[in-house]
Amino acid sequence: MAKGFVAINVERCKGCGFCVEFCPTRVLMLSSTFNTKGYHPPNVVAAEKCSGCDLCGMYCPDFAIFGARYAR
Amino acid sequence: MHADPKGVLTGIHFLDGDHACCEGTLAAGARFAAGYPITPSTEVVERFASRIPTVGGVFIQMEDELAASITIQGAVWGGAKAFTVTSGPGFSLMMEHIGYAAMTETPCVFVNVQRGGPSTGLPTLPAQADMMQARWGSHGDYGIIALCPNSPQECFDLAITAFNLSEEFRVPVMLMLDECVGHMTEKVVIPDASAIEVFPRRYTHLPPDEFRLFEPRQDKVPDMVRAGDGYRFHVTGLTHDERGYPSMNVDTQQRTNTRLLEKLEPFSNGRCLCETADLDDAEVVVVSYGITSRVAQRAVDMARQRGVRAGKFRIISAWPFPERRIAALAPKVKAMVVPELNLGQMVREVERAVAGQCKVKHVPHAGGTVHNPEVILKAILEAAQ
Amino acid sequence: MNQPTLEIPCDIPAGAANPVEPFLRMDRMPHIWCPGCGIGTTVNCFTRALLESHANLDKVAIVSGIGCTGRVAGYMRLDSFHTTHGRAIPFATGLKLANPELQVVVYSGDGDLFAIGGNHFIHAARRNMDLKVICVNNLTYAMTGGQTAPTTPGKVISATNPYGVFEPAFNLVSLAEAAGASYVARWTTFHVKQLSRAMEEVLHKKGFCFIEVISPCPTLYQRRNKMGDGLDTMKYYKQASKVRHGAPTAECDLTKSGEIVVGKFVDRDRPDYLELLRAQMTETLGDRYVEPEAMCELC
Repeated sequence: MAKGFVAINVERCKGCGFCVEFCPTRVLMLSSTFNTKGYHPPNVVAAEKCSGCDLCGMYCPDFAIFGARYAR
Repeated sequence: MHADPKGVLTGIHFLDGDHACCEGTLAAGARFAAGYPITPSTEVVERFASRIPTVGGVFIQMEDELAASITIQGAVWGGAKAFTVTSGPGFSLMMEHIGYAAMTETPCVFVNVQRGGPSTGLPTLPAQADMMQARWGSHGDYGIIALCPNSPQECFDLAITAFNLSEEFRVPVMLMLDECVGHMTEKVVIPDASAIEVFPRRYTHLPPDEFRLFEPRQDKVPDMVRAGDGYRFHVTGLTHDERGYPSMNVDTQQRTNTRLLEKLEPFSNGRCLCETADLDDAEVVVVSYGITSRVAQRAVDMARQRGVRAGKFRIISAWPFPERRIAALAPKVKAMVVPELNLGQMVREVERAVAGQCKVKHVPHAGGTVHNPEVILKAILEAAQ
Repeated sequence: MNQPTLEIPCDIPAGAANPVEPFLRMDRMPHIWCPGCGIGTTVNCFTRALLESHANLDKVAIVSGIGCTGRVAGYMRLDSFHTTHGRAIPFATGLKLANPELQVVVYSGDGDLFAIGGNHFIHAARRNMDLKVICVNNLTYAMTGGQTAPTTPGKVISATNPYGVFEPAFNLVSLAEAAGASYVARWTTFHVKQLSRAMEEVLHKKGFCFIEVISPCPTLYQRRNKMGDGLDTMKYYKQASKVRHGAPTAECDLTKSGEIVVGKFVDRDRPDYLELLRAQMTETLGDRYVEPEAMCELC
C-alpha cells in the first residue's frame, strides 16, 4: 500500500522531465504517448513506491502534477 | 465631503506659489508625496516634508524622478492620495509613468513648475513650454487633465481641484505652474476645512467576486479599490480587459483606449475651467494662461483705454482643450491673440479650434521672463485693424 | 499506439487538489512560460512559503516588472501589480509606505531589477525598505529574445553579443550585501526545498530581503549556448552547486559552466525604513508627530 499518490494534469504538462528526474523513489517515467499539444507527460510506473512527498509538484513549472500523502 | 482639518492651514497667509501649492495638496487630503530636487519646484516638497509629520503621512525623496513618479502610484494603490512635483527635465523623465497612470487609471497629481528649456535650459526662470508635453508626452493614445494657475492663491485652489478631478475621472492630473507663479509671493486665503470640498476616492461597494477593476460605470470611469482589502485584483500596463487581465488584441485596444479619452468628455467642454471678461462686445480676444494671463490682463486694459474692444479668455483647464468654447467664440470676433511663454504650443490648439473662423495672432516668447505688456498690446491693436 | 489519455494507476482521493491552485489565477492558465523554464518552479516554492508562513493572503501584495519573471504577478491570485520595466521596487516602496500592514513582495527578473532597475534596487537596499525581493536570474533578457543582461557570464553567446559576452557580470549577492540588504541568499530552481524555506524566512523578516534564484532559460540562453534543455540545466545545477552558508559574497561569482555557490549569505538585523523614520520623528517632534498609518482612511 503506497504512502501517497500523485495526480497528473496531462494536458497542462510540457514534458520537461523535472518530475521524472527528481522523484526520490522513481515513481514516474515519461510516457511514449502524447497530450494534445504533442508533449510526453509522465506516466506512473511504480505507484506503490509513492510516498506523497510532492517533490514532483514543487518542481513542476507548469503546475501539472502534485503528490500528497494518503490521510490515515 | 469636507477637507480633513488636520491638513488645512486656515488663515490669511503671504506665500509663494510653490508653498501655496503644498498647502493645497494637504488640504485636498494628500498624505503621500515622493519627489526629487529640481529647481524651481523643490520648495513644494520641502514644505510637504516639513508639514506632513505633524499632519500624518509620508514624504520620501526618491533617487530620481523615474522612481518618484511611480512610487506615488504604489501609494495610491495602497490607499493614499499622492502627488509628485518636478520641472522640465524631471517631467521628461516622468513621461513613461504618466502613461502608466493613464493606462492603469491611477488617480494622482503631477505638479510641473515650468522653467526654460529645452534640456537643462533656464533652471531659475519661467517658461510655459511643457504644455504640449503635458498632453502628448507619453507614448500611445491616452488623455490627461491639465490645470494652469496664475497666482499663489490659485496654486492652492487648483491643487485641490486637481486632486478632485483625478479622483472623479481616475486619471493623472497635471498642475502646470511656471517659475514666476511658483516663486511670486502673494496673499493666500486658506478657508476653514468645512468650506473646502474634497472629492473622495470612488471605492467600489461590490464584493470581491463581483468587482471588476476596469469595468466602467455609466460615466465611463471604473470604481477604485486598494490593496489589502481582499479584492485580489491585478493592475498591468499591458492592454487589459475589464478584469485587468492582459488582453492584447485589437478589440480590447480599441475599446479601452477609446474609453480613456471619452471618459474625460464631460469635463472637457461643458465643465472646462476658464475665466472670461469683456467678451460680449469684444472684437479681439486675448487667449492666455498661467503667468502670461496676468500680463495679458494689463494689455487688455490698455487696449480698452485706447478704444479697442479687447476681451479676455483665460484658460485654466488647458487639457482637455476647451475647443468648443473657443470655436463658439471665433465667429463673433475679428481675432484672437495668443501670448505664451513658448514658441508656439497652445496657439496650435486655438488655431485648430478656430478653424479659420477668425484670425489668430500668436505672440511667442522663448521664456526667461514674462512678456512686456506693450508687446501684447501691439498685437491686439494690429489684430483689431 | 498514440492514445490521448493515460492510465494512472494511483488511487486519487476525491477532492484532491494541487495545493498551488488556490494561489493562481486559474482562469489565466496555461501560462506563457516555455517548457523547462524554471519560473513556474519558483512559483511553487513561493506558494509553499506562503502556506507555511500562514500569511494572510489578503495582505500580501506582489509587484513585478517587465519580462518573463515579470509575468508572475499576473498569474498569482493576490493583489498584484505588473508595473514598468525596472520600477517594481519604487512602486512597491510607495505601496508599503502607504499601507505598512501589507507584506510587499517584489518578484522580477535579473535584467529588470539590475539593469534598468539597478538604481532603485541599491537605494531600497540602502534604506532597508521592508520589501522581499525575489529575483529569478536566468542570466538573460528572455522575453525580448535572449539579449545580454548584466548577469550574463563571460563567453556566453547572446542575441546582442553574437561573438560572446566580454563584459564582466554583476555578482548580485555581493551587490545586494554591499547596498545594505538585511537578508541575502542564492538558490537555484533545483533547490526547491531550500528555496521555499528561504522565502518563508524572508516573509517573517523585517527589512530589505533579497533571494536570487538561478533558473534555466532553455529556449534562449541554454539553446544558443548548446547547453541542452531545462532538465540538463537542472542536472547541472545539482552537480555544480555548492552550499556554503555565510560564504563571502564577493567570492560567489557565476561563470558560464562553473561552480554555483548557493546558500544564505547575509542575515542581519537592522531597523527598517519605517522604524528609522518613526524613531527620528519621535525624537525631534515628540508627541507632535502623527503616525502615517492614518492616511489610508482619508479617501
